[in-house]
Amino acid sequence: MTSVDRASSVPVPASPNGEGPTLEVRDLVKHFPVRGGGGKIVVQAVSNVSFDLSRGKTLGLVGESGSGKSTVGRCVLRLIEPTSGTVRFEGEDLLALPNREMRRYRKRMQIVFQDPYASLDPRMNVAAIIGEPMKIHGIEGDRNQKVRDLLALVGLNPEHGNRYPHEFSGGQRQRVGIARAIALEPTLLVLDEPVSALDVSIQAGVVNLLEDLQDRLNLTYLIIAHDLSVIRHISDEIAVMYLGKIVEHGPAEMVYEHPQHPYTQALLSAVPVPEPNLERARSRIMLQGDVPSPVSPPSGCRFRTRCWKAQDKCAQEEPLLIDRGAGHPVACHFAEESPVALGPMRTER
Amino acid sequence: MTSDPVNVDMVPDGATPDARPVAGESVLEIRDLHVTFKTEDGPVFAVRGIDLDVAAGEVLGIVGESGSGKSVTMLAVLGLLPKTATVTGSAKFRGEELLGRKPKDLQRIRGAHIAMIFQDPLTALNPVHKVGKQITEAIRAHRSDMNENEAEVRAIELLDLVGIPRPEVRVRQYPHEFSGGMRQRAMIAMMIANDPDVLIADEPTTALDVTIQAQILELLKSIQERTNTAVVFITHDLGVIARVADRVQVMYAGRVAENASVDDTFHRSRHPYTGGLLASLPSLAGPGQRLKPIVGSPPSMLFPPSGCAFHPRCPLAEEICSGEQPPLRQIDRPKHVTACYFAEKLAKEVDA
Repeated sequence: MTSVDRASSVPVPASPNGEGPTLEVRDLVKHFPVRGGGGKIVVQAVSNVSFDLSRGKTLGLVGESGSGKSTVGRCVLRLIEPTSGTVRFEGEDLLALPNREMRRYRKRMQIVFQDPYASLDPRMNVAAIIGEPMKIHGIEGDRNQKVRDLLALVGLNPEHGNRYPHEFSGGQRQRVGIARAIALEPTLLVLDEPVSALDVSIQAGVVNLLEDLQDRLNLTYLIIAHDLSVIRHISDEIAVMYLGKIVEHGPAEMVYEHPQHPYTQALLSAVPVPEPNLERARSRIMLQGDVPSPVSPPSGCRFRTRCWKAQDKCAQEEPLLIDRGAGHPVACHFAEESPVALGPMRTER
Repeated sequence: MTSDPVNVDMVPDGATPDARPVAGESVLEIRDLHVTFKTEDGPVFAVRGIDLDVAAGEVLGIVGESGSGKSVTMLAVLGLLPKTATVTGSAKFRGEELLGRKPKDLQRIRGAHIAMIFQDPLTALNPVHKVGKQITEAIRAHRSDMNENEAEVRAIELLDLVGIPRPEVRVRQYPHEFSGGMRQRAMIAMMIANDPDVLIADEPTTALDVTIQAQILELLKSIQERTNTAVVFITHDLGVIARVADRVQVMYAGRVAENASVDDTFHRSRHPYTGGLLASLPSLAGPGQRLKPIVGSPPSMLFPPSGCAFHPRCPLAEEICSGEQPPLRQIDRPKHVTACYFAEKLAKEVDA
């Protein structure tokens, strides 16, 4: 992406040792006050979430609605202010920065939203949309040329900058959103459900684009998605969230092939696989009931109310997210490989 | 249906044929259905000659992307389209023509014989009425002999049947007091209240989390197996299709691309669009290779492409494809039809 190369107008300190993770999240907590609760009732959206993310790598956050995965993504960018915890980006403690200073870092951390219809201003042409971040951050130089380069980079016609969002299909619009996100040459992209609003035949192209851009620009991705196949495809590491906590975290292959937490096992076994023979042969772990309210999560292990392994200990003692012999951390007192054969999940086509 | 203790007494009044259809009996038969919407930009050709058959005891999966006409087809059959829509062709429920019927006649059939469940249970349920009230209304619309109390007893039975705990409490609650999965269960309770012969499920689990989706699919399947109902299951999720469907109809740009058994669809597809969709999916089993997208985008139905609507995106397309529309034709496999000139060529590639 040499064409978008330029000297930063404001110097940003590099990571102190150059080797540290791009993103370091520790004990992140976000409580949302409940309206009418007098400030006493809170939704515990995120509870003590910690993880590291290295440059050029992808961490996939998976979990169902209410698990807190999107809130984590937004807290990392300080789009919402965390209640407590630390977020270090390239060595800098973001939560300690005053807003004015934060802006320097915003350039280097961008977000791609789910809905390519709602996230683009319909009254701006795409050149203006893609150029806007550069304008805001006072980037000098031939902005029009940069916009053309960016359009080409995301696989759109560079001459289409004067067109408006409604003239593009959903997949093309998402490419515009991605071009805008990389316009400032960020190191970190938060991808919040980047393909879930797109038609099936379009998703693959956008996933490929994200992978290409990562390779070419050495981007670091924090991807949030509910489609477990997309997440598996794109992620190096997976963190599984349930009711505001990470319950299992490890290399994608470990988490998918050897899940240790009962919730991860249930989640993976519930995903319908596009292969009828396999669907007929597979065993599924059926969870009973719904996710409890994050206003008053269960004591101890938050999954215990739906867990078939739960015992007294699970209500009394919160299981820590530690390696219990599987080689990656799991927050379950009774972590073990599932006795239910989840696989083979491999499709033969 | 004697095996179903809940439904033994349910014979809706005004039932068209008296007996329930037997397994294998065709219950819904659509022929050459066309739907055109009048819009400011010109006519939108949403459905352009669709045939569809579903038999009692069968789950027909309908796959297609947005704009393929899959939902519009079913809404047209039920007479639920707005006035801007022009509908032609034929749609028969157990031999009885549905198109062009008076709203009152359709009301008698809708709910009692053909029921539809929608993607978003929150918008499909009325937020200002108690869940129980909405179910009893659905029951009493077709059962004038039942009073409010009897209908409520039945509503509690139905909520219990669809797996809602403490149904006698839940029946008096409002939709907002239900979780997403519970609301969809309540919708299903309403839908099966009159023991319909055909269930149309339009993306019923798309708005739900995957563990809840698994519960709802299981519930729909158990109801279908017990009551021998014909199910039309509309979804864009090929995994869901693989789990629930017996037969699959793949739609593209308002037409049928392919119709085959679920196994043929996934393993011996004879249409490049079906094959392209399957090839584009990432696998749960591994990072694997680079994904293979279908080039281009689904067409605008204001200006559908000439000939085979898929030809601008098709790797096999030749001149003939943009000329004349390929007819839906039987191929070498039983009960397998496709609308592609190159089905035989594809057969060599897919099965090789």
